[in-house]
Amino acid sequence: MTAILEVRGLSRQFRSGGLLRPSRLHAVDDVTFALRPGRITALAGESGSGKSTVARLLLRLLTPSSGEVLFAGRNVARDRRRRDVLRYRKHVQMIFQDPFGSLNPAKTVRAHLERPLRIHGIAGRRDAKARVDTLLETVGLVPVASIADKYPHELSGGQRQRVAIARALAANPKVVIADEPISMLDVSIRIGILNLMRDLKELEIAFLYVTHDLASARYVADDILVMYAGQIVEQGPVDEVLANPLHPYTRLLIASVPDGERNLEPIEIRKGTAAAAVDPAPGCRFVDRCPLAIAVCRQTTPELVEAEPGRIARCHVTAPRQREDVHAQPAA
Amino acid sequence: MTLAFSVTPDAPAERVTPVVELENLVVDYVTRTRTIRAVDGVSLSIGAGEIVGLAGESGCGKSTLGNAVMQILRPPAQITSGRVLFGGENVVERRREELRKFRWRNVSMVFQSAMNALNPVMRTGDQFVDMIRAHERVSKHDALERAGDLLELVGIDRRRLRAYPHELSGGMRQRVVIAMALALRPELVIMDEPTTALDVVVQREILQQIRELQTELGFAVLFITHDLSLLLELAHRVAIMYAGEIIEEAPAARLRDEPRHPYTVGLLGSFPPLHGPVERLTGIPGAPPDLAAPPSGCRFHPRCPHCTRDDQALYARQIGERPLLRVIADEHRVACHRVTA
Ligand SMILES: Nc1ncnc2c1ncn2[C@@H]1O[C@H](COP(=O)(O)OP(=O)(O)OP(=O)(O)O)[C@@H](O)[C@H]1O
Ligand SMILES: Nc1ncnc2c1ncn2[C@@H]1O[C@H](COP(=O)(O)OP(=O)(O)O)[C@@H](O)[C@H]1O
Ligand code: SF4
Ligand code: SF4
Ligand SMILES: [Mg+2]
Ligand SMILES: [Mg+2]
Repeated sequence: MTAILEVRGLSRQFRSGGLLRPSRLHAVDDVTFALRPGRITALAGESGSGKSTVARLLLRLLTPSSGEVLFAGRNVARDRRRRDVLRYRKHVQMIFQDPFGSLNPAKTVRAHLERPLRIHGIAGRRDAKARVDTLLETVGLVPVASIADKYPHELSGGQRQRVAIARALAANPKVVIADEPISMLDVSIRIGILNLMRDLKELEIAFLYVTHDLASARYVADDILVMYAGQIVEQGPVDEVLANPLHPYTRLLIASVPDGERNLEPIEIRKGTAAAAVDPAPGCRFVDRCPLAIAVCRQTTPELVEAEPGRIARCHVTAPRQREDVHAQPAA
Repeated sequence: MTLAFSVTPDAPAERVTPVVELENLVVDYVTRTRTIRAVDGVSLSIGAGEIVGLAGESGCGKSTLGNAVMQILRPPAQITSGRVLFGGENVVERRREELRKFRWRNVSMVFQSAMNALNPVMRTGDQFVDMIRAHERVSKHDALERAGDLLELVGIDRRRLRAYPHELSGGMRQRVVIAMALALRPELVIMDEPTTALDVVVQREILQQIRELQTELGFAVLFITHDLSLLLELAHRVAIMYAGEIIEEAPAARLRDEPRHPYTVGLLGSFPPLHGPVERLTGIPGAPPDLAAPPSGCRFHPRCPHCTRDDQALYARQIGERPLLRVIADEHRVACHRVTA
């Protein structure tokens, strides 16, 4: 399936430090990936690694410092006119972490869902009701009649998140970006939301699931992107990446997850500052924490290399550069 | 630096003398409009050198229970009935001054937000000194010396005594707070979601360190979290809380392999696995109840897959009679009408 959203060399820097010693934070640095219809791509990594900044760049809530965001083949990264941005946003919707903050306490569920229908000119007054009912059913908010007229405070956290999902689906988007959609929900109701995301694949939506929870990524996603200090360090099919990670950071991340089985068998954790993306020097950003580091790691920045078919990593040792790096070839 | 330790304690030898025993503890939040019973008749004991895990969903009463053990409940919270026995003595009846000494020396606490526990405008070293000197007659110099040792114990360079909290990373701040909790060598350390706000690698580092320190120093731990898979790795014994009650308690491995309460089963089935086949999970239908108006009978009955009308006699008990926590096997207690030994 061809990509609906393609990101090429996306970067965003922020000024940091004081006036006397200004520095640049490379929050997102040369990120390239593609989202395809009917597939869920997980974007994982530790806090501050740049996940949400990628999400905001894709939504055009932030303007990239460089790079392209191709939607259906057209670069939207430099769109300035409100009309263009709005047209793009109709197709690219967002689900936020906080199901409480993202809904308006004074509006009913129905009103929340009718608004995007109106803004994007999808349904007239008459059709709107039927469309809202269908949306509620799609996200499992049944019986529809008893939910539609409720206010957010009358719903549980999980129900609110379902409303947020229904709202994101209202305009028939091609792409949905969910930034940590379950992290604020109770443990026992998270699975329900994950199952819903899995079911939504049938709608041929391309999903970007931003998370720091690898197990949930494995549960819902097809592919995974692992970020470290603003860069993608590994990408590939989620089951393969988690079963047989290439990048030393991915390995550390997986080994750290409690899985209830290993009885805290000690793993080696090296000290080092995470997410060192302020005025980064050449070399690998993971080098201070890496058990496999060799001399070249401090001198040259590793490129993303396809080490095995479909398996891409940014590491001199586990994904050595052979012929050409993946970005030299046009994305499929 | 590499963290490594060799001991993987299965469980402390035999059933050791309890450090703390909760007997039928009831804690209410009493406001003019309503009363919320956040802890409802909890009995639990923690042995010397034992790590006991307390798991449950948000709002089920975990923190309230921890705060009650630490004796730091503030109005509108009140201990309505029951006892908190420390070395056999009920601390609920103690006076303020006695409690001040009891805290930190006998039992200390680590909270989720280290930032709230630390004073932002004071160097970490001075915070240690104040705390130590409030309890012991030692010189400032000696207290600072000890603070340095404590920092090194949790893997932080002692020169960081001069740092202000904001100059430390989140993981380092949490380790400072853990070091502080250990300063007076308490018998029990209560940890309330100490790693929830941290990244998984940092969390792992801290958990390994807690386990290492605990093995070395022998204090008991009450570890509170909503992350059951974490507890199954860390704790010797795990208690599951639902709507103010403990509904199951067992050694960690047994709870993982032979959970008996339907809520525990549901909770275990709510964590997607990191290995093995990916099967569709169901989680638990519905949502945790509002403690201001908990369901009748078994509090889990509105969400329980076994609460059907197939067996009328059982159904009547499920909706009308509160199941008691009963021993069903060695060290395994369950509160469910359907479960028998
Ligand atoms: N508007 C901004 N101005 C300056 N720095 C920013 C801004 N937005 C983000 N950053 C910085 O960019 C980096 C990446 O932040 P981002 O929010 O994308 O991380 P994240 O991976 O989503 O983390 P988390 O898991 O904590 O949500 C961080 O160092 C952050 O402080
Ligand atoms: N200060 C307070 N006033 C009133 N109710 C409270 C207060 N603190 C907690 N509660 C209520 O007590 C119950 C248990 O809360 P808590 O012990 O914090 O749960 P947990 O730690 O398991 O998330 C919840 O219903 C909560 O809303
Ligand atoms: S490039 Fe070198 S330092 Fe970086 S992850 Fe690979 S081996 Fe480690
Ligand atoms: S007592 Fe009945 S309703 Fe309650 S948990 Fe047991 S089986 Fe379910
Ligand atoms: Mg984020
Ligand atoms: Mg709590």
